[in-house]
Amino acid sequence: MTYKMIVLAKQVPDTRNVGKDAMKADGTVNRAALPAIFNPEDLCALEQALRIKDQFPNSTITLLTMGPGRAADVLREGLYRGADKGILLTDRAFAGADTLATSYALAQAIKKIGGFDLIIGGRQAIDGDTAQVGPQVAEKLGIPQLTYTESIESIGEHSVTVKRQIDGGVEIAKVEFPALLTVTAAQQCRPRNAKFLMKYKRALTPGESAAQGKEPYPMDNPLFLAEWSVADVGADIVQCGLSGSPTKVKKVENIIFQAKESRRIEDNNQEIEELVVELLNNHTIG
Amino acid sequence: MKNLFVYLEIEDNKVAEVSQELLTKGRSLANELGCQLEAVAIGYKLSNIAHEVIPYGVDILHLFDDEKLTPYTTMPHASILVNLFKEEQPQICLMGATIIGRDLGPRVSSALTSGLTADCTSLIIGDYEDKRNKKTFKDLLYQIRPAFGGNIVATIVNPENRPQMATVREGVMKKAILDEDYKGEVKEHIAEDYFTDNDLAVEILCRQVEKAANNLKAAPIVVAGGYGVGSKENFELIEELAHCINAEVGASRAAVDAGFIEHDRQIGQTGITVRPKLYIACGISGQIQHLAGMQESSIVITINNDPEAPINAIADYVITGTIESVVPKMISFYKQNSK
Repeated sequence: MTYKMIVLAKQVPDTRNVGKDAMKADGTVNRAALPAIFNPEDLCALEQALRIKDQFPNSTITLLTMGPGRAADVLREGLYRGADKGILLTDRAFAGADTLATSYALAQAIKKIGGFDLIIGGRQAIDGDTAQVGPQVAEKLGIPQLTYTESIESIGEHSVTVKRQIDGGVEIAKVEFPALLTVTAAQQCRPRNAKFLMKYKRALTPGESAAQGKEPYPMDNPLFLAEWSVADVGADIVQCGLSGSPTKVKKVENIIFQAKESRRIEDNNQEIEELVVELLNNHTIG
Repeated sequence: MKNLFVYLEIEDNKVAEVSQELLTKGRSLANELGCQLEAVAIGYKLSNIAHEVIPYGVDILHLFDDEKLTPYTTMPHASILVNLFKEEQPQICLMGATIIGRDLGPRVSSALTSGLTADCTSLIIGDYEDKRNKKTFKDLLYQIRPAFGGNIVATIVNPENRPQMATVREGVMKKAILDEDYKGEVKEHIAEDYFTDNDLAVEILCRQVEKAANNLKAAPIVVAGGYGVGSKENFELIEELAHCINAEVGASRAAVDAGFIEHDRQIGQTGITVRPKLYIACGISGQIQHLAGMQESSIVITINNDPEAPINAIADYVITGTIESVVPKMISFYKQNSK
């Protein structure tokens, strides 16, 4: 048995390290100012695909990401862990996309890849926390979705059975191929594999090859990372990027805390006892 | 036409808390917009739902009652909403930011090409000026949410596309019955006209739902720990203090991610929202997502060794010191002085 899988990955700004120049004047994120990482739950998605490949070694994993040129880093990162192929969806016209325009572009690329059994992505990305792109891609492709998947329980010839989180519990759900899964962080991704690291460290997109003054790799070379534009995936440009995004950012406020009068208490017996007694006397506690 | 719709989440033939909260919020937004409030119930054996929700001020309740619609799976529920919305043309649709709402909302918004904003913490009606196209839009729904790791608060609008869709977490809005005798209409639809057998692609083999293991949401006192607590062992101090003063234990996302405590104790935008009379924040720096889940607490005490921790800005009492030193003192003085 072999399976054809597509893993959706996003390069995200590491929101744990945000500086002052993180936002542009138009309210969109200035990604260039932040360290970029492989979205953590997308790595978990890759892990689920790798577990299927462990079991059925002739299965293939194609990693698909949309972003600027430097998002090719997540493709290499995926290859180092066992993915077979990487595709970067990149075009100026994709810029400023909300979740709907993003899912449209990804769905177009997936149609071009074609013939898949499973699409697996992270439940959500740490920069937006919306969890919308997975279900929207499934809708655009007209295939069923199972979100909040914790683990794959079993995989058959035509179907997959997963354990997924539901409000207040878990359920076991079965769906026929083709289908889309989004996964939670329940199972972490394996580390890079030294052999794959050696094999793929020189993998480049044609854009990267050109920037280094090199000939691009031929398409059948394992080091070739595909680079697809709006035209390559046959997308309607109006449905891409800002123009394809029904949501608009009206305003962005940096967080400024409203200071209120607070009482400072030092860490000594007298001040802490006074506080506890005060809370007891006014019936806040006890 | 152009009414405000709330999707009702139903478990065990009961309407979820979050849906009731959204009905109250929806009623007040509908009043401001001068439109009607409509609710959609999709499931099986829904005869009691009208009695449960119309008192919130629901003008029209849409019922889709069919054995195939429970337990919840995405596609039949999505098809029903999509087809109903094509007929009814709502201007706004609200859903809980639960697992169901976050699974269903994007599917529906994609099919209708409408904008959806996840996990809103505030919904307001206002105007929007599109400077680039020199157009003004009246009475849009401002969908306000923290974004980008909680470093910003964004106001999102959907100027052109309808419905304007938003999900809201449980506990963010307050529920209140409007009128026990409110007169609303019930429309019983033939569910099968709104979905096809192709929508029944997912088979649920087994389901385990447990009642919430803790009483955090309704607790009058919460003692919460953050990453600054430092270790699982130190977190036992937090638990001891909570036990001693009859409080529930909560945590920030960072503490949960660090493995100090289980996920169901997480307070904040991506966890539970609490409104206790006393909130004791231990080793919590005060990211906006955490504040979103506790800022309506009546009294806030913070314990931090950093005197400049952002959370101190909303504190009534700021204790500067380490958890290991301050918490045991509080426990022993409580024991000495109570009774």
